[in-house]
Amino acid sequence: MAKINGEDFNEVITIGEYLKKKGYTAARVAVMVNGEILSKNEYDCTKIQPDDEVEIVGFVGGG
Amino acid sequence: MEDKLIIAGREFNSRFILGSGKFDLDLINAAVKNAGAEIITLAVRRVNSFTGNILDHIPEGVTLLPNTSGARNAEEAVKIAKLAREAGCGDFIKIEVIHDSKYLLPDNYETAKACEMLAKDGFIPMPYMYPDLYAARDMKNAGAAAVMPLAAPIGSNQGLSTKQFIRILIEEIDLPIIVDAGIGKPSQACEAMEMGASAIMANTAIATAGNIVQMAEAFKNAIIAGRLAYLAGTGRVLDKASASSPLTGFIAD
Repeated sequence: MAKINGEDFNEVITIGEYLKKKGYTAARVAVMVNGEILSKNEYDCTKIQPDDEVEIVGFVGGG
Repeated sequence: MEDKLIIAGREFNSRFILGSGKFDLDLINAAVKNAGAEIITLAVRRVNSFTGNILDHIPEGVTLLPNTSGARNAEEAVKIAKLAREAGCGDFIKIEVIHDSKYLLPDNYETAKACEMLAKDGFIPMPYMYPDLYAARDMKNAGAAAVMPLAAPIGSNQGLSTKQFIRILIEEIDLPIIVDAGIGKPSQACEAMEMGASAIMANTAIATAGNIVQMAEAFKNAIIAGRLAYLAGTGRVLDKASASSPLTGFIAD
């Protein structure tokens, strides 16, 4: 079972497909898979594998 | 006279850097405008697609300064900086390395290490630091574009408690000195500017004010006043009185 931002996920789709499905704007997020940062051009060719730990981060208010 | 804040060759008219934490998203736009801020800080966190995006609330043309809050060592700070850049935030980065949850004081040693790594990777590092002269020199040698010494613990609104040490940095470090953290009132921001600080970064003082938008404007005006006073050169201080009115030509009884 993969984890995306700590939540279980078990479909085999690409990062690009996942972002689109969830309504993220790809230009405004960064994605890390198993601790490695993906570049934007890797989103559509990177499949979420079982046991992957995926982090999707973006900007929030902060000082 | 032109009086710009210059950081890594980038020019800014405003000397007020606004933090965006603890704000209701709806108030950010008005706060930035009333503050006259041209730089705003942000944090990098896990996001979902359902909550509003803070970038939609920041006026056009404002430079984004992401921070590395959440980093406990240099390596984590570098990772967060790279995530911020990948998320489209440019090269400015406020380095924050903290592993004390009570006082949130920065680890100057890890911060300097992060500064060096990020400068080599093309970032414009602006380290948040405890105002220590040697550490500030280390930051400069590591490629810092400015240093951001704390006035008091983050979010405390205690004011300029490290004043004399910040003064030393202003005198000795040839970089913009941006007083960050702990400033609670416009008068304290003004005081830091009067002694020659290059800019003020404030967040909690505005976010926790009774009227946020009004307080943003009050800070803007205080920072402008302090800067003008610094440029003008404050008057001398005497032990005894010195009459302001002439001591001749008194009217006869």
